[in-house]
Amino acid sequence: MINYIIRRLLLVPLLLFGVTVLIFAMLQFLTPVDRAALYTRDLPKNERALEGIIKVYGLDRPLYEQYWRWLVGVRDPQTGERRGGILFGDFGWSRTGSQPVAQLIATRFPNTVDLTLWAVAPVILVGIWLGVQAAVHHNGFIDQAGRIFSIIGTSFPTFVFGLLVLMAFYAKLGWFPPGRLSDWASAVVNSPSFHHYTRLLTIDALLNGRLDIFLDALRHMVLPILTLSYINWATFLRVTRSSMLETLRQEYVTTARAKGLPEKDVIYKHARPNAMIPVVTLAGFSVVGLLGGVVITETVFNYPGIGSAAAAAASQLDVVTTLGFALFNGFILIVANLVVDILYAYIDPRVRLS
Amino acid sequence: MPESNNMPADNALLVETQPLREIGRLERLIGPENYRLLKGLLRTPASILGFTLIGLFVLIAILAPVLAPPLNPNDPYKIPRDGFSAEPRPMFSEWRRNAPSLPAWWKYVFDTEQWVHILGTSQGQYDVYYGIIWGTRTAFKTGLIVVFSTFLIGVIIGSISAYYGGVVDNVIMRIVDVMLTLPFILAALIMAAVLTPRIGRSLLPSLIALITFGWMGYARIIRGDILSIKERDYVLAARVIGVKDSRILLRHILPNAIFPTLVLASLAIGDVVLSFAALSFLGIGTDIGYADWGQVLSFARNWITSLDRYWYIVIWPGLTLVLFVMGWNLVGDAFRDVLDPRMRGRI
Repeated sequence: MINYIIRRLLLVPLLLFGVTVLIFAMLQFLTPVDRAALYTRDLPKNERALEGIIKVYGLDRPLYEQYWRWLVGVRDPQTGERRGGILFGDFGWSRTGSQPVAQLIATRFPNTVDLTLWAVAPVILVGIWLGVQAAVHHNGFIDQAGRIFSIIGTSFPTFVFGLLVLMAFYAKLGWFPPGRLSDWASAVVNSPSFHHYTRLLTIDALLNGRLDIFLDALRHMVLPILTLSYINWATFLRVTRSSMLETLRQEYVTTARAKGLPEKDVIYKHARPNAMIPVVTLAGFSVVGLLGGVVITETVFNYPGIGSAAAAAASQLDVVTTLGFALFNGFILIVANLVVDILYAYIDPRVRLS
Repeated sequence: MPESNNMPADNALLVETQPLREIGRLERLIGPENYRLLKGLLRTPASILGFTLIGLFVLIAILAPVLAPPLNPNDPYKIPRDGFSAEPRPMFSEWRRNAPSLPAWWKYVFDTEQWVHILGTSQGQYDVYYGIIWGTRTAFKTGLIVVFSTFLIGVIIGSISAYYGGVVDNVIMRIVDVMLTLPFILAALIMAAVLTPRIGRSLLPSLIALITFGWMGYARIIRGDILSIKERDYVLAARVIGVKDSRILLRHILPNAIFPTLVLASLAIGDVVLSFAALSFLGIGTDIGYADWGQVLSFARNWITSLDRYWYIVIWPGLTLVLFVMGWNLVGDAFRDVLDPRMRGRI
């Protein structure tokens, strides 16, 4: 086990290096002047001063030197302050957000975490439940219905599904609006009397004792959660079903049945725990995927998470901001994948022993 | 025809040895295993529905100039606009300005000389019907280009990796790992956004982006297949009689390893079109007014509050996209079923 973790840990710096190189390579498509946004917020208008900026931040230097500067930043010649430097968490200046990219991420990320928090249970638990039912009633009605559902589910583009539920539940019925909060609620949240303990809106609302704000925030998250559940259920259903079918064919299940155990115990106590091993990985990666920001879902519902911020910046061709999000995303994914892999090895002895 | 058929029929022993079923020309050409796959693909109702859907879209793409005659034949992908007002207009509303020529079949079906917006207009008076019809061509074009390129790159890199092994293999596979770290749609989005200022708004930025981040899966699959086929006896036999390595790879290993990947790749057209539409929907890629489904759908983004009135700007392009992707998914599912090793030997 220790061996496995060490081997897995050694991969992390390699991946981090790889992702930074990848993003740095994409930055090279920009002109030197555009890249200056990595280090400074105000760009002079005239040519001469622009050339000065390029000199100061070394934007015309060899690539390896630029890469190093991009990592650790550049000292400002006048003030001696460090400018830029992604290792210090400075991702540059966001033209479209009119604030540092890091700050933009800091305001948007809690919203994504909040959404993930509330989406995890319906996505994973219902998906697994569907899969187990389909396997237990193999080739029965539930199984066939699940099959059709998963075909339709995998064929439905997120944005089409999102627009359809908006049409039904917002435009027609007016139940669940898009966005983050109603106007009255955001006025309360932005007032000084509202304390931000965790920055997660639903939790903060509860801690402040404002049940109305909590419900309002939840109401705005219903449709994104529905969409995320819908597109993930199909995958969970498939994986759980096939793993469960495989397990039900094992001899120890036959033994359990032969001993005369009730069918319920055979399925839920003997078969299901062992069928969960591949599902756990899938669940892990789904949570990681949700945390990484779900670009399309957040955009369709105007939900102010990191996914929609990245999409908005990209559509306005604000590359420095978009790449900042990508970098952040890459870091999260690498760390979270590591955690999932280690948990997986912990659950499944076959992995850690091989 | 097998030669044994010409033998005297009264020889009971020879009759016994005759093949149980006739082996056709196609089966001889592509080999029994691939023939089984092909037959399995054309058997289930789901896959037949899938093939029908795909066939229907092929037909629409071919007949596009007949179904929706372009305003300017040199630039058929530009959706004609009936004026500039923002608000969508309902289905079958009359075409006031900029009407393209009437399709020949219209008179016979509806008995009128008036060309209308069959499926209404979207924001900015873009004709929805026209966008869907010509968008089908865009879909096939992008799908085929991306699938072909990613497949080619994947096969080349995967073969190099499996063939040389050792350090080369390790380095290539770590590069694949790194490129798979970022979520596909986010990576493609960034790549397209980076490229657009350089090469302008067109199909190209999205295409290049989808290709750049799309080949890794094929490289992994083909690498695995080659590694397992490398160990087969016939490869050893070829090596023993002194066949050159490159010839072994190209003539003996690759043809046997490539078929499943090839079919999987061609079935990925549905996914590629979906990703492409997603990028357009997010506002990256082609010029506004270019006939592609994601773009037509993205017009609906500004009308979320009144989608109950303007349902036709979501339903029709949405349904088109869903049916297209579903067609490929149904065929893909059937294919995965016949590829399942447990199904082997059953025809």
